[in-house]
Amino acid sequence: MAGTSAAHGDHHDHHEHKPLTFFQRWFLSTNHKDIGTLYLIFAICAGIIGGTLSVVMRMELQEPGIQIFHGLAQMVYGFEGDAAIDGGKHMFNVFTTAHALIMIFFMVMPALIGGFANWMVPIMIGAPDMAFPRMNNISFWLIIPAFLLVLLSMFVEGPAGAYGAGGGWTIYPPFSTSGQPGPAMDFVILGLHIAGASSILGAINFITTILNMRAPGMTLHKMPLFAWSVLITAFLLLLSLPVLAGGITMLLTDRNFGTAFFAPENGGDPILFQHLFWFFGHPEVYILILPGFGIVSHIVSTFSRKPIFGYLGMAYAMVAIGAVGFIVWAHHMYTVGMSLDTQRYFVFATMVIAVPTGVKIFSWIATMWGGSIRFTTPMVWAIGFIFLFTVGGVTGVQLANAGLDRALHDTYYVVAHFHYVLSLGAVFAIFAAWYYWFPKMTGYMYSEFLGKLHFWVMFVGVNLIFFPQHFLGLAGMPRRYIDYPDAFAGWNAVSSYGSYISAFAVVIFLFGVFEAFAKKRVAGDNPWGEGANTLEWQLSSPPPFHQWEQLPKIK
Amino acid sequence: MKNKAFAVLAAIGCLLFASTAFADQPFDWQKGLQPAATSIMEEIRWFEQYTLWFIVPITLFVLALLVVVVVKFREGANPVPSKTSHNTAIEVVWTLGPVIVLLFLAVPSFQLLTKQLAPTEEPELTIKATGYQWYWGYEYQIGESPLSFDSILLQEGDRAAAGKEDKGVYPRLLAVDNEVVVPVGKHVRLLVTAADVIHAFAMPSFGVKIDAVPGRLNETWFKADREGLFYGQCSELCGKDHAYMPIAIRVVSQEKYDTWLAAAATNLGDANKALMASVDGAAKSVNVAANAAQ
Repeated sequence: MAGTSAAHGDHHDHHEHKPLTFFQRWFLSTNHKDIGTLYLIFAICAGIIGGTLSVVMRMELQEPGIQIFHGLAQMVYGFEGDAAIDGGKHMFNVFTTAHALIMIFFMVMPALIGGFANWMVPIMIGAPDMAFPRMNNISFWLIIPAFLLVLLSMFVEGPAGAYGAGGGWTIYPPFSTSGQPGPAMDFVILGLHIAGASSILGAINFITTILNMRAPGMTLHKMPLFAWSVLITAFLLLLSLPVLAGGITMLLTDRNFGTAFFAPENGGDPILFQHLFWFFGHPEVYILILPGFGIVSHIVSTFSRKPIFGYLGMAYAMVAIGAVGFIVWAHHMYTVGMSLDTQRYFVFATMVIAVPTGVKIFSWIATMWGGSIRFTTPMVWAIGFIFLFTVGGVTGVQLANAGLDRALHDTYYVVAHFHYVLSLGAVFAIFAAWYYWFPKMTGYMYSEFLGKLHFWVMFVGVNLIFFPQHFLGLAGMPRRYIDYPDAFAGWNAVSSYGSYISAFAVVIFLFGVFEAFAKKRVAGDNPWGEGANTLEWQLSSPPPFHQWEQLPKIK
Repeated sequence: MKNKAFAVLAAIGCLLFASTAFADQPFDWQKGLQPAATSIMEEIRWFEQYTLWFIVPITLFVLALLVVVVVKFREGANPVPSKTSHNTAIEVVWTLGPVIVLLFLAVPSFQLLTKQLAPTEEPELTIKATGYQWYWGYEYQIGESPLSFDSILLQEGDRAAAGKEDKGVYPRLLAVDNEVVVPVGKHVRLLVTAADVIHAFAMPSFGVKIDAVPGRLNETWFKADREGLFYGQCSELCGKDHAYMPIAIRVVSQEKYDTWLAAAATNLGDANKALMASVDGAAKSVNVAANAAQ
């Protein structure tokens, strides 16, 4: 033991350095906390852009007919007259595509994995930093050009005579190949490749860190659930993203080099792409939600002042969700013309996922049961998450049934379902994490009033957006429509009003951040009391530049 | 001001209602699935209601538990937290409970799926639908000379010429120039493909939705059990006019279908007009009868 501490001392001396310049600290960063901060700032910026796109779409859909997109096409692309109408129609598809890609790859993933996981996982497992600090830096700096490529794609030619890639985030060929010959789709594909590379590097970093750098005594079965959730997420990323990379590489060569993987006229099959895409795409949606599961577990336990109920069940429920998530992909494809037995299998496998998900919901409630609950802002967000995720979960059970999905596939019912689990699930988890760790990360306390106001305005807003969309979907309104039959007008208007309320909630959020930095209320090392017993609360707020120079010992 | 607007809306609604009785299409503030016109859709509607009997109570149960927790175990009411973190019995219950619920869902779900994909009857008529950017082409596979025509969104300017001025029967974005015409009570096989990009053929009242994929011939079927004019819309993103390529199917009696088919072989436009006249004539007499009954 003496030997190791001596070695540690040398190591420490070696690293005594002069203070970093701004450029060194933020552009050449190898510190997981600084990189995490960069990721969080990036996610907020991307979220504002992606959210703005969605509000513009809701403005368009507030009434039947084309309201604003012909004007937008005129302003942005300079189309005139009828060309503005056509350009506007395509522009709407570009907005749906960009909204999805930005929210998935540049908002939720950077916030949860690049941001909170980068910040907290090394601290929680008692490690001084990530295993590969320079690779961590590359991961972040790859996401910037990826994002710029996706943004730029909106301003270069897509289909003949129109701008941007408008094939949806699923980029199904042939619409993404022969249907849109311009370079916009190539920009998107390259952007996805780079974002994918960034995520794979991040996943390798997290797996290595978590498997090798836990503090002495911290076995996997003593590891905090957030670290568990990130470990599982990292494995999902590592296994699924290469499949996406393969699929979109074939798309790229089909588009530019005369191959015909997905072109039926030359012996290819468009459905092959859908299988590849969803083999990635389904794990991807669990990648978005699993870190949220971990975060909610911590918050619920902290503010109930009780240990997690059924810790091992919680950890292995996530393992089960991650594993089964790889064998359910074709439930996104019930209408492509699959055989009866294929559909039967995917119905069965999909339903299985409801079981571990139920375990998690009930375990969170059991954690609160018998607790002494304080309703701080993060706790309110976490409770909101549990309920809204349940709503999204049960509609998922309905959609799992291929027979019923026949009526609901590609309607607003699906849009409502996945926004309940992601926009009201993953995003609520992100805000819960933000308020939970904000005092730790900055040293300042946020305003409880503003935090709760943010919650309630957001809660009302998002439910107003997405609950009526269940009705629209049942009535048969298809997704990705710029205009709809007049009968759908009522619920669409309600949905749009909800979107404006949610946008206002984001303004409250930003003001809350500003207010906290302006008022500089000192948070203290552990503002949450005895319930907060993971390692990050033993450090100062904000934590030292390098933590755990003396490794913590876990009993 | 608001009240007046509502009164006008209500009046328009009443006017529309008389005519929409014969057109199956979404209606204002609709909250559920469309009325069924096939036994498959009947079962889909039943199954959707059936699943609600499970998922709504489950959601309310979770909500109730949360309310109990929030009230009973708030700091003020319960200052000393318990230390419980395991209870094997309850963990087994909440694992097996959902399994049993899923079994209850799975049995009718698999029955429905099998009925959809494994029809027991032989088809009596085969129609091929081809998706194009941005309209549908139909081909009746009958005898030596198949009947084929395109079906394009009805332009607002063409309403008068087509005799489709009644927006209750021929709504904006749903009405087309040439409807598909099929006989009632007959098993129709539908072959679906596409010529350029992927589209999807959807007919909500029939419980039909199947992708139109270039290079593939997908097959589905329906057997309409009542006459009427039914609307659906393209359901796979296919480009700028994705929202502007509706599907309209007119289900008529066998005699009317035969008359239409014979006439359509030479002049589709006249055949459609003649069919509309005979259907609307019949409809009007039914309307009068219904009013008299009231």
